Amino acid sequence: MTDLTRLTAADLAAKIKSKEVSAVEVAQAHLDRIEAVDPRVHAFLHVDREGALAAAARVDSGEVDGPLAGVPVAVKDVIATRGVPTTAASKILEGWRPPYSATIVERLQAAGTVMLGKTNMDEFAMGSSTEYSAYGPTNNPWDLGRIPGGSGGGSAAAIAAYEAPLAIGTDTGGSIRQPGAVTGTVGAKPTYGGTSRYGLIAFSSSLDTPGPCARTVEDAALLHAVIGGHDPRDSTSIPEPVPDVVGAARLGATGDLTGVRLGLVKEFAGDGSEPGVAAAFRESIEALVKLGAEVVEVSCPHFQYALPAYYLIAPSECSSNLARFDGVRYGLRVGDDGNRSLEEVMSLTRDAGFGPEVKRRIILGTYALSSGYYDAYYGQAQKVRTLITRDFQKAFEQVDVLVSPTTPFVAFPFGSRTSDPYQMYLADLFTIPTNLYGGPAISVPCGLAEGLPVGFQVMAPTMADDRMYRVAAALESAVGTLTPPAL
Amino acid sequence: MAISREEVAHLARLSRLAVTEQELDQFAGQLDVILQSVARVGEVAADDIPPTSHSVPLTNVYRDDLPQPCLTQEEALSGAPDAFEGRFRVPRILDEEA
Repeated sequence: MTDLTRLTAADLAAKIKSKEVSAVEVAQAHLDRIEAVDPRVHAFLHVDREGALAAAARVDSGEVDGPLAGVPVAVKDVIATRGVPTTAASKILEGWRPPYSATIVERLQAAGTVMLGKTNMDEFAMGSSTEYSAYGPTNNPWDLGRIPGGSGGGSAAAIAAYEAPLAIGTDTGGSIRQPGAVTGTVGAKPTYGGTSRYGLIAFSSSLDTPGPCARTVEDAALLHAVIGGHDPRDSTSIPEPVPDVVGAARLGATGDLTGVRLGLVKEFAGDGSEPGVAAAFRESIEALVKLGAEVVEVSCPHFQYALPAYYLIAPSECSSNLARFDGVRYGLRVGDDGNRSLEEVMSLTRDAGFGPEVKRRIILGTYALSSGYYDAYYGQAQKVRTLITRDFQKAFEQVDVLVSPTTPFVAFPFGSRTSDPYQMYLADLFTIPTNLYGGPAISVPCGLAEGLPVGFQVMAPTMADDRMYRVAAALESAVGTLTPPAL
Repeated sequence: MAISREEVAHLARLSRLAVTEQELDQFAGQLDVILQSVARVGEVAADDIPPTSHSVPLTNVYRDDLPQPCLTQEEALSGAPDAFEGRFRVPRILDEEA
């Protein structure tokens, strides 16, 4: 009998539609897989067994239909799900059950998907390893002693470990793409404003972008098409239809890239990639050239300032956004003994509820926004953001997409980068420029280095998400998908 | 040193974080390293460059002012650590004997 957990979302949707299998059987197979492997992987913070089986039964009865009817999906725990615990992997929201759902969750339901549960992450999506989750890290299915990437390590690991065929992530500086790269899965960050942020617990509002995680490029595109598009409840949502990402993925899968121009960023060369990552990247470029692509070197002189600009802009916005966790309206309250003042209770609550990385970023952001430092730090970072955007715009006059490794290193062992926060930040060296610009980018597996997955990143102009799917699918057709060792 | 232990303590107070002495020691050193790295943004000559606050080319997004369903009082209070007679209950906000 076919192992239902090994099938793609596209295959599952077809088999459920033709009644070859029932949605309940598919949900049960994934719940069984979670029960068998998640004690070792720890991709999930909450498994909604009853909710999943009930949603699957509604598909089987014909009550619910849609393009992904009956296909299981896992959702990152930073996204509000009505009545289902949502913690952002923080102690400050332990046990919180939102009274409403995010727009993308409503769209997942309308498409007929079956939500399996909520996935682990770095607290409030701040980190590159899930080591900053208040509930313990997720282990990489390729090597349980290594990080699954972050912040969305739970979503990526759930996909890689065959616990779910699809997952939702959020990408502020690389939190969908870097976990995709180090777990050998596909992760796409849509154009900023192309997917709704309504119901997403805000970290850095000008950068946060929800997007799809999957094992194939086509599956990622199918999920992107379902969650994307204008939302009147998000004022930064772009009032245009989602580009034809599914059609582009299918076109790319034919393996013809004739006339497509790939830009290699000169300033990324020699920028600290591990030798194995650099080698897999070079081989991928050769594979794409064989499919007809042209390679052009482009210069983006301000990309070297992307990491510094990001670590001023994101913490600044975080220090403002996380002010809402005050121990009054939801979540934790500590030290309210009837004698302490509101300010004392707030301060005790926030110190007890937030982990070290969140506190570091709140303090850093408060510093960057304070009078006297504002112009030199936050103001200057916003100007650098303009220059990085211009670098992208100029590059896209010469090429169709930019390409790079997704992250400079393969999955690293736990504990190897937590003592020096800046070493952790380097994981996002290649992913951050896109977030500052607002364009789309995708990570697709491109091979192994020392037995661990390497990701290939394709960056496209804003609202040209279809282009990156085409190139990613072409690469996938040349190098194939990656299968982790049996758990 | 870009930032002192005393400055970090001040920023923590502004941020309503009752950090411990141990946290202060740890954060001061780490924030100093981070600040020295991010200060590189100052190397870019950008006097005549406009700032970018977000990447979406939209300003003044309007919608019709129509009544829509919203959370009930019970739903809005459902996650509160302390509620009383349909309100969020907070610790005292005035000094004693005020």
